[in-house]
Amino acid sequence: MTYTLTKNQDILASSQFTADVVRSQLEDLISYACASGADFIEIFIEDSDFIGLLSEQDTITSVNPSFSKGVGIRIFKGKKDGFVSTNDLSRTGLLYAIDQALGMLGLINSKISSDRFSGLKDLKNYSGSKDQLTSITPTIDNVGIKLLKATSLLNKEGKHVQTRRGNYSRSIQEVLIASSDGTFARDIRLHQTYGLNLIVSDKSNSSSIARRLGSSSQPTDFLNWNIEKTVDEIVESSEKMLYANYVEAGQFPVILANKFGGVIFHEACGHLLETTQIERGTTPFINKLGEQIANTAVTAVDEGFTEGAFGSLSMDDEGMEPQETVLIKDGILKQFLSDRAGDLRTGNPRTGSGRRQNYSYPAASRMRNTYIKAGEFTPEQLIQSIDKGLYCKSMGGGSVGPTGQFNFSVEEGYLIENGELKQPVKGATLIGEAKEVMPKISMCANDLDLAAGFCGSVSGSVNVTVGQPHIKVDSITVGGR
Amino acid sequence: MKSESTSNSTVLNVDELKDRVHLISKENKINKWDLGASSSRDLSVQVDQGESKQLKASQRNSITIRVWNKDDLLGITSTSDLSTKGIRKAFEFAHNASNYGNKDEIPQFSKLSTSALPGVRNILRNSTGIDHLLEILKEAELQLINSHKSITSVPYNGLAEANIERLYINSHGAQRYMNVTQASLYLYAKAQEDGRKPRSSGSVKIGYGVEDLNIEDCINEASGKTISHLNYEPIKTDKYLICFTPEAFIELIGSFSSMFNARSILDGLSLTKVNTLDQNIAVPFLSISDQALHPKNIASFTFDGEGTPKRNVELIKDGKIFNLLHSESTARRFNVSPTGHAGMGSKASVSPDWLVISNQDSKLNTRDLHHTKTNQTYVLIEGLNALHAGVKASQGSFSLPFDGWLVENGTKKSIESATIAGDIRYLLKNILAIEKEDIETPSGISPHVWVDNLSVTGE
Repeated sequence: MTYTLTKNQDILASSQFTADVVRSQLEDLISYACASGADFIEIFIEDSDFIGLLSEQDTITSVNPSFSKGVGIRIFKGKKDGFVSTNDLSRTGLLYAIDQALGMLGLINSKISSDRFSGLKDLKNYSGSKDQLTSITPTIDNVGIKLLKATSLLNKEGKHVQTRRGNYSRSIQEVLIASSDGTFARDIRLHQTYGLNLIVSDKSNSSSIARRLGSSSQPTDFLNWNIEKTVDEIVESSEKMLYANYVEAGQFPVILANKFGGVIFHEACGHLLETTQIERGTTPFINKLGEQIANTAVTAVDEGFTEGAFGSLSMDDEGMEPQETVLIKDGILKQFLSDRAGDLRTGNPRTGSGRRQNYSYPAASRMRNTYIKAGEFTPEQLIQSIDKGLYCKSMGGGSVGPTGQFNFSVEEGYLIENGELKQPVKGATLIGEAKEVMPKISMCANDLDLAAGFCGSVSGSVNVTVGQPHIKVDSITVGGR
Repeated sequence: MKSESTSNSTVLNVDELKDRVHLISKENKINKWDLGASSSRDLSVQVDQGESKQLKASQRNSITIRVWNKDDLLGITSTSDLSTKGIRKAFEFAHNASNYGNKDEIPQFSKLSTSALPGVRNILRNSTGIDHLLEILKEAELQLINSHKSITSVPYNGLAEANIERLYINSHGAQRYMNVTQASLYLYAKAQEDGRKPRSSGSVKIGYGVEDLNIEDCINEASGKTISHLNYEPIKTDKYLICFTPEAFIELIGSFSSMFNARSILDGLSLTKVNTLDQNIAVPFLSISDQALHPKNIASFTFDGEGTPKRNVELIKDGKIFNLLHSESTARRFNVSPTGHAGMGSKASVSPDWLVISNQDSKLNTRDLHHTKTNQTYVLIEGLNALHAGVKASQGSFSLPFDGWLVENGTKKSIESATIAGDIRYLLKNILAIEKEDIETPSGISPHVWVDNLSVTGE
């Protein structure tokens, strides 16, 4: 069956998300699915607006606006589910999508019961004053001027400059969620992310340093960005790394810096505490609730409400309000991150962690703002406790494998000798397994800080925050040359 | 059951869309524009221990519109909304964005956007429907689990089929359209023996349709690879003779493809500089080409985002970079023709399609090495991981976790956990041997490739 998008009118064509006509159409669709034998149906409608800018050297080289509308429909029968996404918001299109999802579950369109769905509750409107966000975010002119100022400063402050880039993106996502348990919720999300990248080179030596910042629901955040501070950091780091030698490979104690150092906990441990991993049987922490899985120095949480943090939400993508989920308390595993499917299939209650990139993905249990809590030491005390080791000031990207192995590149590293920071080193990769490394985090400093990032997983790329204080890992494999 | 299979009927109606766009452009007094659109319909299934785990279907559309304003500056907008209202809005947004167009580099229509497209064998398969996909995948999962007592699950698996349409039109009369179908299967098994760590490996197959997938091979490969990693040991940190499997070598070269990407070179994001194009960068017997039109490159489109016909391009020959990959804009800067590797953008990206690596002259191999015959001790790299994190493309260095084996006197022993590190410039100039057999992979073709003296970090 094929249809075009213009045959029927878009469900939102002449109305807003909050209009009664939308509610009544959604109730109609939900009733249809329930009457066909669905145990549960969720309709996720999204209207998004995006703009990205890129500055290179002293020119804005790219301005990319985009806008999109779509619907994701998920139907459960028992523990099984079928998911259909479409750009076709007409009634015909939505009915076709529901039929497809019903068909996946072997449900025939025969009236089972007409009272299986008792209607949507009153709209929970989390958007509040966010309707005005578009009008108060920076204009293209404002963004362009600031990005060019930043790349110009990189040139002024830097030495051996080869390439300078600045980037900015702003996403406004309006979502409406309606499901057969009565959930009816709306939100508008604003995310801004921006950063700089500098490549310096001198003969055969080169180094590349990048910084990214980001926020949610903070329209003036970009305009308040202290570009001088970011430029100074990048210039200093790139110069130090330009002539750095390759790190010697081996097993060392390691200090991971605060902020983006938390990416290791996120990748190596956080993902293993998502119920999607329990469903797959790929986490070593399955059946470990209440057991010691980390050093007693470690308390880690995932939450969705730190004001302005990149991973904060008013509600998750299943309409549930976020909460603080204590994952690990004094080394003991306390809770998993769970979404609706995780609740249904693993018995772990929902934590407001059902997240997706957009309408084309079903929600899955995903992290929000995830961090190890501050400890009692100063960063200096951590460094002083090591005779020979590695200080990882800035981390690159990394990944975790299907059986829990992780690996991370170190963007900016320094040797530690006799309790002091020494020369910079490059080419380091940290390798290990969460189960083995978590008990080796023996010291946490008192300087917790957060950093914005994107996390890619089963339900696409979502905005997250990683974080930690400086932490000491007693021993980890460092890949080098 | 309602889960219908879909026919190859199309969503994008080129003439109808063209007429609408012409009308809207006239309304907006926009004389110069181009438009790329795509539409896809996908079905995919995942299973878990004989039960369906995730069943998905999607219908997705997207268009990108570029307009040139009266000062010939370019603006762009993308949307999923193919309705007249959506296209009208996209024109308006793109026109606004053109006020910020880059005066220093203004993309133009590709001079090849109206030339003849290459003739390729394009096989279209009908969708078989979600029930059929599910049945096949459940059986494949069962066979894989039953293939060895230590294989307990297939945690990562998927079978999908897609029907994808793409078109390109512009105000100067260019009109491209193509419809392809593709099916893919992946099976990643997990195996574990008492007191030992779990091990995982897998296989991927791609075809025009489900009937073209070699499912048996996929099961056997996933099983064989997973089992071969059960007996693992740590490897001593040292420098080793390395043999890259075709998959691993293509992955590595692909992650350094900015070396022959004109866009990256112009932007200062490549190891290659405009003034170093003539330098020797590799052993003389290494040949690397990009072959979008290779018959094994399943479901490849015959034109790029700018409407340029795709063509095969020799990238490395006689130890030097022979050609670069180009968009319209970069080709103009280098005074050559675009190669059909562009995306569509206010600054079009450039990327490779399908790498083919071969031995240009096997007599030039400096060592006689073959992965099934040599008695030397070497590390066989099966696959590289975390390429996005461990490759510094603009610097040439890499430090990557890998799956592989230590091979001693012809006996393979799986390596527990290790990374390989090096510099691509050293690697390309120190290839000892490229085996004769060209092996087809989902992402290209390559023989096994041998390099000495690369650092492996284990214990």
